[in-house]
Amino acid sequence: MIYRETGQFKTSYAADQQIFPIRQDRIGIGLLLAVAFLVVPLTAGNYWFNAILIPFLIFALAALGLNILTGYAGQLSLGSAAFMAVGAYAAYNFQVRVDGMPVLLSFILAGLTAAGVGILFGLPSLRIKGFYLAVATLAAQFFIVWCLTKFPYLSNNSSSGVISVPNVEILGFTFDTPQSRYLLVLTIVSVLALLAKNMVRSTTGRAWMAVRDMDVAAEVIGIRLMRTKLLAFAVSSFYCGIAGALYAFCYLGSVEPDGFSLDLSFKILFMIIVGGVGSVLGSFLGAAFILLLPIFLDISLPALAELLHLPFDSATVSHIQLMVFGALIMFFLIVEPHGLARLWQIGKEKLRLWPFPH
Amino acid sequence: MFKKAKQLAIATSVAAACFAAAIPAAQAAGEQFFLMPSYRVGPYGANGQSFYGGFIDYLSYVNMKGGIDGVQNTWEECETEYNTAKGVECYERLKSKAKAYPGPIHSMSTGISYALVDKTAADQLPLAMMGYGLTSAVDGSVFPWAFPLVTTYQMQASAIIKFLKDKNGGSLAGKKIVYLYHDSAYGKEPILALQAEGRLNKFDLVEIPVAHPGNEQGAQWQRIRQEKPDYVIMWGWGVMNMTAIKTAQKMGFPRDRMIGSWWAGSEEDVIPAGDAAKGYMSATWNVSGKGVPLIADIEKTVYGAGKGNMKDTTKLGTILYNRGVSAAVLSVEAIRTAQAKYGKGKPMNAEQVRWGLENLNITEARLKELGATGLLPAVKTSCSNHEGSGMVKLQQWDGSKWTPLTDWIEGNKALIHPLFQADAAKYAKEKGITPRDCSKEK
Amino acid sequence: MQFFFEVLIGGLLSGVMYSLVALGFVLIFKASGVFNFAQGAMVYFAALSLVGVMGMGAPLWLAFILAFVIMTLLGIATEKFVLRKMVNQAPIALFMATIGLAFFIEGLAPLIWGNEVRALDIGLVDEPIGWILDQHNMVISSFDLTAAGLALGLVALLALFFQYTRVGRALRAVADDHQAALSIGIPLQHIWALVWAVAGFVALVAGMLWGSRNGVQFALTFTALKALPVLILGGFTSVPGAIVGGLIIGASEKLAEIYIPPVMAGWFGGNFGGIEGWFPYVMALLFLLVRPEGLFGEKHIDRV
Repeated sequence: MIYRETGQFKTSYAADQQIFPIRQDRIGIGLLLAVAFLVVPLTAGNYWFNAILIPFLIFALAALGLNILTGYAGQLSLGSAAFMAVGAYAAYNFQVRVDGMPVLLSFILAGLTAAGVGILFGLPSLRIKGFYLAVATLAAQFFIVWCLTKFPYLSNNSSSGVISVPNVEILGFTFDTPQSRYLLVLTIVSVLALLAKNMVRSTTGRAWMAVRDMDVAAEVIGIRLMRTKLLAFAVSSFYCGIAGALYAFCYLGSVEPDGFSLDLSFKILFMIIVGGVGSVLGSFLGAAFILLLPIFLDISLPALAELLHLPFDSATVSHIQLMVFGALIMFFLIVEPHGLARLWQIGKEKLRLWPFPH
Repeated sequence: MFKKAKQLAIATSVAAACFAAAIPAAQAAGEQFFLMPSYRVGPYGANGQSFYGGFIDYLSYVNMKGGIDGVQNTWEECETEYNTAKGVECYERLKSKAKAYPGPIHSMSTGISYALVDKTAADQLPLAMMGYGLTSAVDGSVFPWAFPLVTTYQMQASAIIKFLKDKNGGSLAGKKIVYLYHDSAYGKEPILALQAEGRLNKFDLVEIPVAHPGNEQGAQWQRIRQEKPDYVIMWGWGVMNMTAIKTAQKMGFPRDRMIGSWWAGSEEDVIPAGDAAKGYMSATWNVSGKGVPLIADIEKTVYGAGKGNMKDTTKLGTILYNRGVSAAVLSVEAIRTAQAKYGKGKPMNAEQVRWGLENLNITEARLKELGATGLLPAVKTSCSNHEGSGMVKLQQWDGSKWTPLTDWIEGNKALIHPLFQADAAKYAKEKGITPRDCSKEK
Repeated sequence: MQFFFEVLIGGLLSGVMYSLVALGFVLIFKASGVFNFAQGAMVYFAALSLVGVMGMGAPLWLAFILAFVIMTLLGIATEKFVLRKMVNQAPIALFMATIGLAFFIEGLAPLIWGNEVRALDIGLVDEPIGWILDQHNMVISSFDLTAAGLALGLVALLALFFQYTRVGRALRAVADDHQAALSIGIPLQHIWALVWAVAGFVALVAGMLWGSRNGVQFALTFTALKALPVLILGGFTSVPGAIVGGLIIGASEKLAEIYIPPVMAGWFGGNFGGIEGWFPYVMALLFLLVRPEGLFGEKHIDRV
């Protein structure tokens, strides 16, 4: 009843082709952004900013990057964390080595650097497919992290290889409070997410999907495979690179190459699979799920054990957490292999009919 | 399909509600709260288990003995899995609880402590990095809130060299030493110090890195066999340690010429290697065994009352357990020191605990009072020296237990400490920190 | 030159250890098309069960049998509660589910057996063989030789099993074409449970050897990372490929670790050791550019 597009007539091509053709969606997105930009900064506490909201947005951005590559262009990658590392270290180097370099510009340059590296490691995708490619992207994962460890120049000759980033300052304003950092990250992520949403429904995005569904067929209808695949790698790495720069500058403050480990790559992969492969919204939902679930288990299980008077020590609780996490992932995949985004779609379908289900 | 969606939606919203409700409330007033980003699962879970077990047992012990002059200790653990991002989340989650009356925060992870250095400084909470973490924090003028207590990797490396020198009649000239290290921040920290020692003592230093996780070291040890070094100094962690010991056996390199760092010298590292580990040496800043009266007393008091944290009581008195106790002893002593200045029997706030950590003076006499003679070296900190001791012992594995080989050995402070200051100055410049003037600190 | 051969032989023998882990991946991928990421966790679980049962006083052979029973149960449970419910889903979803399974096992194993690092003594000493050391000054470990022998024996056993038993033939039929196998009356689900049990057996052997080499602990799960390049090189569906791939990877990574870093140091200055982490992957990648299906993989023909 509420969510129904009856009566919304499109009278121009522009109206038909806008990103959110349904009025309710537009209002919803507007409300969401308003809440995110205005209400959240005023109400949330430091814990929410520092430990949940900022990492959520950053991981959602990285997941979005991977989703472009895996979900839209169909190239499975296990190297997202490495591209984040490239972004983080590149942004750091631009900041430290070029005097007066604006932070935002160094973020963009970092993204471009990551894109360049992404193209390089995307080249094998022209020959290799599926799981072979996935394992091949592990080469990127291990090689890049090794490079960052081995070339002292990249970490500004820090004896331990750890970089500690300078404060973020834009036009004389220092982003040192959690709120301000949150707003900065939110702005960047919103802009990039909107861009992504637009990109995946453009010619480029449709070319990606054609390649994903069957590359031989795509080639037959005149899509240039090499260009399309490499573009997907570049755009995906660009997103991951920016996410990496934000991870270093706005979240941790100091990173070491080992922090961008295979585990992190997997985590990002989880996000898109749980959230929904081939969905911008899914990247956000997945990031929220994968990030919040362990925290939730960490908080609730000890409390639950205490409530039920179970004689669990901390180690047992930690092990059970890991098991529950694994079991929930399997459960979700069994119940809804298309991810949380699909659930949202089902919900929308339902709302459209509600309250008359037939 | 719809039904499924509904079930999931309900489950998710219930979960979300629980989650919101479970966000921690403020703690009771009048207690000293220890925020503990600990780890008990994952590749290093076994190590975390013993360390945090010992730490918590000592806090319980102090509580059972009437607290710190009547002030009880409380704590809350949070599983980090040795993962930096999770560690930061734990810290952020619990820090509001720790705000009022914090105990020093121990993360036992170089990665996590690196990430926490800035955050604790901004939040003004005391951070301890005992035998790991950012070593340049020895310079307290730049790092008022971070304390690499007792000793650092660099001082340890220097002490090991001193030990070898003494063993070789006072000179290492012309000797060859291989430094085999975990290729991460942890393993890279001592390189500068070792190179400086190498120039000073005229020995050849060969650096051989091992890629994480280090469960395969055939090539490295073949290289060592080819180099024919006099000694191998090893900076390993977790599975890398036993692999190194076993591979040394495979290559026929004598274990009594291998010396590990203190993270390569616990029972967890040598027992799995079996007989191969006999004769292997390592540095340590705390001894093992229940021979220390304090450890025996903890077993009697805490475990006697059924309040022990360790499920596996055979781990009591192991190196890492005792290290956890030592860390807790120093933390509690810092609070005591603060109480002596700011009022006995009161819980201490962050600044007061920080002052306590900076003005620790644990003499041999004090250690004796605590029943901890020989457990750890005497520690005396100041604004310009957050390390406080810089001493380690060398110990040897005899197949069933670690036996101390030496008394406390101090590294070459004159050589090493300027390295910290240079590093700290660089850090201050990058971060725009104005260092405190330590001569004005009281 | 002698040193070169020593490194080469050492590498080949390590390679066999990688092959063992890779074998488990191949078996499951061949029979069910699932890229089983939980293989590393299974190695850990198997080794831990073995040590756990031995810790209760059982001799090695009995512990081995009991651990095998445990792994079989795990395989059956996996098939029943996870895979059966995910029939016809995309390979990536199945892959993902095995990652979930890996987490589950990584929590379950220490929950049952405790997470201490333990020694596993199977009566093999890891020391250089005396006469080779004396006569040729080369270090060849007796343990590695025995392990290689065991691995080859295992492969031979598997080959016989696949070739000459009824179940083995059914397995091959399923691997060739699920639907055709189903239509001639082969019970797919039993076969899948069986293949997981066989993979569990391989994991047990791998866990036993790796565990007695480096201690039984969580880090056994990392052995999977050593197996992946072997898998790409040898092809996901080939048992001989896993062996040959392992030998190539083992030998080349050791030789690379010895000979490449000095060259790089010559170019850039500094210390470039520790390339073992990525070298096998890059090598496998380069190899794939020439042969995209791996050494012995099946060639796919795309039809539009």
